Amino acid sequence: MTRLAESLRRGGIFVWFAGTSLAFCLAMILGLVGYIAARGLGFFWPSPLVQVRSAEGPVLGEITGHEPARGEETGKLQFRVGNRDIYGQDFRWVPTVGLGAPEEPKDAVLLERTEYGPFIGRITAISHQGTVAVQGAGALAEAARRLPESRRLLEEVQATEKGKVGELNRRMERLRIDRKGLEAKGDQAAIQALDTQVAALQSTYEALQTTIDQTRTEAKSWVLDLETADGQKKELPLSSVVRIVAANNLSVTDRLGIYLSRMWEFLADDPRESNTEGGIFPAIFGTVMMVLVMSVLVVPLGVVTALYLREYARQGWLVRAVRVAVNNLAGVPSIVFGVFGLGFFVYTLGGGIDRLFFADALPTPTYGTGGIIWASLTLALLTVPVVVVATEEALGAVARSQREASLAMGATKWQTLWNVVLPSAAPGILTGLILAIARGAGEVAPLMLTGVVKLAPSMPLDGTFPFFHFDRKFMHLGFHIYDVGFQSPNSEAAKPMVFMASLLLLAVVVVLNIFALNLRRKLRARLGGSTF
Amino acid sequence: MEIEDPRPVPEPIHTPEASGPLVPRPSYTSMSDLPLTDPSVLTAPTMLQVERLNLYYGKKQALMDINLKVAKNSVMSFIGPSGCGKSTLLRCLNRMNDLIDDVRIEGRVLLGDTDLYAPETDVISLRKRAGMVFQKSNPFPKTIFENVAYGLRIQGEKDKTVLEEAVQRSLQGAGLWEEVKDRLKDSAQGLSGGQQQRLCIARALAVRPGRCLMDEPCSALDPIATARVEELITELKQEFTIVIVTHNMQQAARVSDHTAFFWMGKLIETGLTERLFTNPGHRMTEDYITGRFG
Repeated sequence: MTRLAESLRRGGIFVWFAGTSLAFCLAMILGLVGYIAARGLGFFWPSPLVQVRSAEGPVLGEITGHEPARGEETGKLQFRVGNRDIYGQDFRWVPTVGLGAPEEPKDAVLLERTEYGPFIGRITAISHQGTVAVQGAGALAEAARRLPESRRLLEEVQATEKGKVGELNRRMERLRIDRKGLEAKGDQAAIQALDTQVAALQSTYEALQTTIDQTRTEAKSWVLDLETADGQKKELPLSSVVRIVAANNLSVTDRLGIYLSRMWEFLADDPRESNTEGGIFPAIFGTVMMVLVMSVLVVPLGVVTALYLREYARQGWLVRAVRVAVNNLAGVPSIVFGVFGLGFFVYTLGGGIDRLFFADALPTPTYGTGGIIWASLTLALLTVPVVVVATEEALGAVARSQREASLAMGATKWQTLWNVVLPSAAPGILTGLILAIARGAGEVAPLMLTGVVKLAPSMPLDGTFPFFHFDRKFMHLGFHIYDVGFQSPNSEAAKPMVFMASLLLLAVVVVLNIFALNLRRKLRARLGGSTF
Repeated sequence: MEIEDPRPVPEPIHTPEASGPLVPRPSYTSMSDLPLTDPSVLTAPTMLQVERLNLYYGKKQALMDINLKVAKNSVMSFIGPSGCGKSTLLRCLNRMNDLIDDVRIEGRVLLGDTDLYAPETDVISLRKRAGMVFQKSNPFPKTIFENVAYGLRIQGEKDKTVLEEAVQRSLQGAGLWEEVKDRLKDSAQGLSGGQQQRLCIARALAVRPGRCLMDEPCSALDPIATARVEELITELKQEFTIVIVTHNMQQAARVSDHTAFFWMGKLIETGLTERLFTNPGHRMTEDYITGRFG
């Protein structure tokens, strides 16, 4: 009894309690990140292809799930059998009763394709322009040898289409708009000149198209003869194969190579097959870009607001009311900001810009539709209270003695604010920015209304003038997770993508935060041991 | 020697707290008015003159009818117990009390012929001509160089050689040059407390102000740094008029030519430091400097 009383008096129990709470929070965070990482990162590791003999014939695939027997229900195994074009679905449940011994045939392969998900089965032959080149066991090796060349040709085609053909299209579109303007004026001579230009572009385009078609045909000349585990046959041009994984015949190094190559594809490539395969680079890029634009917008807005509220406005009920209102903005549901962004930024502001500067392109909207600038502005509005509150606190924390020192030198109030107060408050302002980034990077709902799309053909930042395209729609990791997980036709197969995208979103937020923290640390070091 | 004192006669001080009758000591009867003032203070060329100054913080009166002259190229120290108004008066000399809400000031502070509190006075240009050093050293979060150059920079000086010359001169004047000349680009907040205070003095002197106002500049310093600053004050007297607020009576005795003693918002006595400390004209002054209260 006395020991308990003593412990209460000394507060030992409360220290324990506080420590346990902290440990609990840490465990939750680590559990969250760990779970997502485990589910996501394992996805790239090539798992063995298992063949079993079921009542309905042989089944070959990766084992992805297991349901134990329950009462009268027999136990079931889930196989990822692939071959969506043949079976109609990627996954199959097979009762465990009466299964033969599972085997891992050495010649089983998993082909990652550009269409219909993976093929799982065997390569029986490889032919070139209709004649069989290699048959039987050597076909797999030959296909693997031919694959890089085929990939290279396809990439060439894609690069040409994206670069040269895209540039031609842009120029044609510009000419079309110019022509529309000239038609309104009725300048026949100029229209004639334009038409000649268009014709020249058209012939360049046709020449390009011929080259592209030739390359395509060349890429398609190698064809694989495939056979599934239950004996169905299929022909597949080598050009639609992305990766050949002979899953049961790999050394650890091979597996690691495939793991890294898949990981790299995921990080650096465009998505395929309505986002369920391939990479998510555009989404990473879009997220980072959007957050950066948001930061550039939110800091001046928040700092100027806080400066006025704190330093210039006469403190009274009005300022208190404004302060409460600004703080409460942080509590408004984000979708409401999205609706505001759509109504005000996109339709009113963007529509106005279109009527003023892009009237020729109408009715196709330029700024009058969702775009990265409107999404960033909406998020800036959403996160501005955080910056205002942090800045106000930072301004308040600047020592009075420093202001007095500056004012006593004959500096005006503005000079004092600019030269002494703001630099001292900069780390605090950055704290606000860090919080704003953390909030902004994770928002999805307002973005869906103001500029995020499932698949953006071009990035908001690229090599064509004026390099930064504020009007473009963009992809976002948060939206990608929602889209792939819940809106995709094949969400079971896309599940690991959801975990990977979540992990990446976390990583992006962490990296952006580290960047801001580093900036703050440097600023602090320059200020020489400032207090906050 | 009879000096014509232009001031109106202030009210005599009668406070119940003070012990004994408030009469000047017999040894110093030539001036019966309060506050007591040495004749020499009144004859020296005047830098600053405070006339009938009353200051109120809201309803509370913090300074009561202050009349004071500060002679040119001299050091005057303000002494008195905490809360007696000496810092408030010092801040009045640079209109620093304007920054505090709810302050009301009556009376005049004359700098030459101009009244600091006249409506047409430009506070900014006034402050540019006065250097101020505060109780707690308050270097800006900038480099040593930028700290000293600050005053010139806000006055629009951009010429690098002018700035460098001014920084070196001021740092030499503050006796800091030898210690920091190799690290002018370092943060000022990495300096020691004494160095920081001398940096603040250098910063105040860089614009060559006519007067320097110091609010307990040594209260946070160790004895060695204090000695250094005191030495500096004595040197600076050649060029500047200095007013220093201090709690340390030895310091007042060491550095100042004239001393003013305040008590409860009133100026009790002012005069030559040597005389005031050896032969105080007022009972309360004597009580204070001998440590009987305060």
